[in-house]
Amino acid sequence: MSVSVSLSVNGVAREVALDDPRITLLDLLRERLDLTGTKKGCDRGQCGACTVLVDGRRINSCLALAASCDGAEVLTIEGLAKDGELHPVQAAFIAHDGFQCGFCTPGQIMSAVGLLSEAQAGDDPERIREAMSGNLCRCGAYAGIVAAILDAHDQLTERDRVEAA
Amino acid sequence: MNRFDYIRPATIADAVAAAAEPGAAYLAGGTNLLDLMKGGLIRPRRLVDVTRLPGLDAIEWLADGGVRIGALVRNADLAHDSQFARRFPAVAEALLSGASAQLRNAATVGGNLMQRTRCAYFYDPASACNKREPGSGCDARGGETRLAAILGWSGHCIATHPSDFCVPLAALDAVVEIAGRAGRHEVPLEAFHSLPGDEPARESVLEPGALIVAVRLPAEAATFAAHARYLKLRERTSYAFAIVSAAAALRIEQGAIAAARIALGGVAAKPWRARAAETALEGARAEPAVFRRAAEIALADAKPSGDNAFKIELARRVTARALAQAAAGTPPRLPALPASPLLPAPGALHA
Repeated sequence: MSVSVSLSVNGVAREVALDDPRITLLDLLRERLDLTGTKKGCDRGQCGACTVLVDGRRINSCLALAASCDGAEVLTIEGLAKDGELHPVQAAFIAHDGFQCGFCTPGQIMSAVGLLSEAQAGDDPERIREAMSGNLCRCGAYAGIVAAILDAHDQLTERDRVEAA
Repeated sequence: MNRFDYIRPATIADAVAAAAEPGAAYLAGGTNLLDLMKGGLIRPRRLVDVTRLPGLDAIEWLADGGVRIGALVRNADLAHDSQFARRFPAVAEALLSGASAQLRNAATVGGNLMQRTRCAYFYDPASACNKREPGSGCDARGGETRLAAILGWSGHCIATHPSDFCVPLAALDAVVEIAGRAGRHEVPLEAFHSLPGDEPARESVLEPGALIVAVRLPAEAATFAAHARYLKLRERTSYAFAIVSAAAALRIEQGAIAAARIALGGVAAKPWRARAAETALEGARAEPAVFRRAAEIALADAKPSGDNAFKIELARRVTARALAQAAAGTPPRLPALPASPLLPAPGALHA
């Protein structure tokens, strides 16, 4: 059966006719919309590489059916920089060496943007580590990731944190 | 993943009718369902997407002081609702100790009750499993049984229910509201999940097509707010299912325990309410020896289902410690590591 879905991706309205309802949001982004910044790691909700924001909330896009996202506003790593300028979380990941191979990085960054807008962890490293436990990094860049998020937290005002998401 | 028809009904009645067809399954947050489908462990022919059904996503405060939580409320939204967390802190702590932030943003209240066991043999299509394929046997028996049940299991199934959320709900007398083909009815959460017996594939009292529409907590549950905790032992600090967990809630009046509520997680196919232990605590002083005795009563009927006798003593210790933590008082803010047995230590990297 085919399903028609309309959603906003990085601020651009998209109408997609799905020929198969099995398509996940992750596969829609990567295979149909050519937005390959969002990565497919485990494809089972365990690694966080596919993290995107849907209606401002971070989720695993591998465990969301595209059909169920009808009407949603999706933000991916491609939509984060504005006018050629990196988002403060992106810049902080570079400044603090928050990655090595880079495969998990788009998911890490989108998760961090979601975390900052949730405003639960504050500047407590333990709370940040706990809130990032859904994003695995096989290179073990965790120390740099936490430093980057702390830095971005300090740079952004509360309003910025919510609006950035 | 198998092919399926995707249906998005507009009303609860339409949803119940659509889901009553054989082979149909409800889709809400999808965090467990899609994982199971990707593994080929379940193969629904029809998915009934209930995420747009109106009126199921609210947290409503009832006139009597209780709360009605819509089945589509997301786990994170419930845990971070400040009024809810203040009145039912053990429930908020349990929610935040489960899964990851991304999964808690998607997973729903109703879906949490309906999630399937994480028994490795259930998850392995090459293994015999009476839940997945009734009558095929149970390869978990005599297998790797570290995480298997110690209470309420049968020779047909030794799997555990994985939910954290359901554990304090069972302790606090939550009620599940259900819409079915014959109308609405409700079931105490404690009676919602089924023990395996000789029919492990039947995991709850839900009839085909029936839909959870809400979970209610009674006003009395909030009388434990000053002394309510959830404690969860895991193989790692975060983002792991419980080996053993316990929800403990006390009402302490003039130094003595006026009322107690205890339930255990990770020990059985359902959240395990320990009523005899609660009764033993009534009128006693809130002190370690009393908590240890209550824990022994809570596990009195426990039996290893394999190489997991250690879980019985572990469950006693977790129960006693959860009671001690509850007696010490609910912290004003949830700890950085919710439900963790690890104590905050300057400089220590736990998470």
